[in-house]
Amino acid sequence: MLLEELKGIAEKEKAGRKQICVRCCMSAGCMSSQSAEIKQVLEKAVADRQLGDRVEVRRVGCMGLCGQGPLVSIEPEGLLYERVTPENAATIVETLAGGTTSAQRGDLTQPFFARQVAVVSRNGGRIDPERIEDYIEAGGYGALHHVLHELQPADVVVAITQSGLRGRGGGGYPTGLKWATVAKSKGERKYVICNGDEGDPGAFMDRSVLESDPHSVIEGMAIAGYAVGANMGYLYVRAEYPLAISRLQIAIRQARQRGLLGDALFESTFNFNVEIRIGAGAFVCGEETALMASIEGRRGQPRPRPPFPAESGLWGFPTLINNVETFANIVPIIIRGAEWYAGLGTEKSKGTKVFALTGKIKNNGLIEVPMGITIREIVEDLGGGAPDGAKIKAVQTGGPSGGCIPAHLFDTPVDYDSLMKVGSIMGSGGMVVMDDTTNMVDVARFYMQFCMEESCGKCIPCRAGTVQMYQLLNKILERQATIKDLEQLEELCDLVRNTSLCGLGQTAPNPVTSTLRYFRNEYLALLQPETGGYGVDAKQPADAKVAL
Amino acid sequence: MAVKTLTIDGKPVSAEENETILQAATDAGIKIPTLCHLDGLSEVGACRLCITEVSGSNKLLPACVTKVAEGMEVKTNSERLQKYRLMILELLFAERNHVCAVCVANNHCDLQNLAAEHGMTHVRFAYQYPNVPVDASHDWFVMDHNRCILCTRCVRVCDEIEGAHTWDVMGRGTNSRVITDLNQPWGESETCTSCSKCVQVCPTGALSSKGKSVAEMEKRRDFLPYLVQQREGRP
Repeated sequence: MLLEELKGIAEKEKAGRKQICVRCCMSAGCMSSQSAEIKQVLEKAVADRQLGDRVEVRRVGCMGLCGQGPLVSIEPEGLLYERVTPENAATIVETLAGGTTSAQRGDLTQPFFARQVAVVSRNGGRIDPERIEDYIEAGGYGALHHVLHELQPADVVVAITQSGLRGRGGGGYPTGLKWATVAKSKGERKYVICNGDEGDPGAFMDRSVLESDPHSVIEGMAIAGYAVGANMGYLYVRAEYPLAISRLQIAIRQARQRGLLGDALFESTFNFNVEIRIGAGAFVCGEETALMASIEGRRGQPRPRPPFPAESGLWGFPTLINNVETFANIVPIIIRGAEWYAGLGTEKSKGTKVFALTGKIKNNGLIEVPMGITIREIVEDLGGGAPDGAKIKAVQTGGPSGGCIPAHLFDTPVDYDSLMKVGSIMGSGGMVVMDDTTNMVDVARFYMQFCMEESCGKCIPCRAGTVQMYQLLNKILERQATIKDLEQLEELCDLVRNTSLCGLGQTAPNPVTSTLRYFRNEYLALLQPETGGYGVDAKQPADAKVAL
Repeated sequence: MAVKTLTIDGKPVSAEENETILQAATDAGIKIPTLCHLDGLSEVGACRLCITEVSGSNKLLPACVTKVAEGMEVKTNSERLQKYRLMILELLFAERNHVCAVCVANNHCDLQNLAAEHGMTHVRFAYQYPNVPVDASHDWFVMDHNRCILCTRCVRVCDEIEGAHTWDVMGRGTNSRVITDLNQPWGESETCTSCSKCVQVCPTGALSSKGKSVAEMEKRRDFLPYLVQQREGRP
């Protein structure tokens, strides 16, 4: 592949484009409500109306407003149709021939769309994820060419460092620093791993990126491989994401056919290949050392660090491991420059973050917002507040490793450090909104059950401690617990946080500690009164009573 | 090889560069409680009993896998560490059915000894009373899951020393079990060489020899450093 050929593909694609494009979302959310059939209906309607010379129907990735799916949009008119059905899909095409439609109109200018900054999701809802030509037309693989021919590996690392990008898997480790460490590590071979084992309840950012724009992740991995000196990449994707896996397989096959993966990319001396590894259903395999053990074919269990993967990773070789969203940020940084990227977000948290907005909120779906936006803006402006005018009580971020942020702290800016300060974490991007019908002890129990079931069983505090904590939370919810049980719960939180082997155990108490911090009254109200529970403590505010 | 000096519990200690805190402490006569660790086997850092406080680190570091460093200040026995260790032991006792009075390993049990050393008089956590099996299908040995603490010493000795890899772990979380082959009865295992190394390294009465009654199962572990030394000494 040469640059001319790449440009040739893009030009040929542009020339073949029709005047009007009907985009049909074919991401997992919309597909589960029949968007595949809708696309067929749309195509048939175009053929029946003989509009084929000026209208094309395109399969696209996620448009974001998943709660209103299936979504169909019409470009360049900028029209959005929500909750489309196979029955009314044909009438959408009729409008292009002067007809009318009964399909529900959406508003692309509403804050949900207008307030977003599309970096990672730049191609989502625009390109066909199963056609490499679409990606190339959108400028795809240009960054890889630029890197291979204009930059030294060290320059790439510098660019990523200057961009201020931090790991989007949740930890927030500076990506540039990680790349520099792997680049400097000595090894006969090196590996790049993309962590696509997204498993937080309510989180689907990475799935959406992989389904909507698989090539941007592959290109990001290839650039990383060049920067750190690795020739082999593994995409670790959980088995629960069959559509993402199949689109990645298509993307990898197409990239190989076009010579964009393999040997001597763009006639340089750089070789890079990617393979997919499919997880087997363990949440803990999202932890990097467990993930690598799983790729190696061993039991997916974490091991103590150090040594860190950058020094001794896959089969003992230096390994760069980043999250899907992190890799999807690489191409824009290379193309638009580190300075542009560093201009987005806050001082210590640069760029944008994709969140999966779920729960008791009007606009369920995927959003990409600049760092530093407040939780209130996300919930009230983009999310549209609670449905049916209910009162929002808290937002849970960071999944089972995160915490609940109460409504009075909604002016907290969304960045790594601020969220940590209020007792939660950025996490991978799950954001579950809860209204005042939600019992926070029940929420804590849900997450504790998740951690208990997903504990790998290697270290004792996490294996046995989560069981005890889950049972104590059950006891509290059954109104059988005393103040002593609550004390024991807190002691266990302290133990498990401080003594567990890996991140799963160390953060497992967070949902309990954060709800205890802000909603202690809900716990106290459930305790046996004679032992210091709510019933005898008149000092507690009246609103602490819980609706069960 | 470079030598590092550090202080452990206020005592100046010198150690070789690649040694762990645990090795340095043992050499200096400072005892750090361990359970999954056994001289001669690889370290897994799983039992968390050997956690130590190292100045400059806000995390508690397991002594068995943490390498020494120049000027390191280690505390192995603070009040906080003692509290955590006791809780970990209590969690273990509550997790399976550990009844010392009827156990073959009574008086010869690492878990029991640690509980005594840490002044464990009772268990504050809810006993789980799991319904787990006993596998007595092997001609000479018995596996009693009621007494297993999942330290994986048996898994490691079988894989690393005997080379058979008969043992492994299945399931996850509190449902984890050590298994022979692909969860077949031990007696039907095609890979087991009946070498008894697993039985000897087992810290509790989970693995024992047949024919032993209460408190009769003494473990013999002196073979392990000897075997390792002989192998490492070979060209």
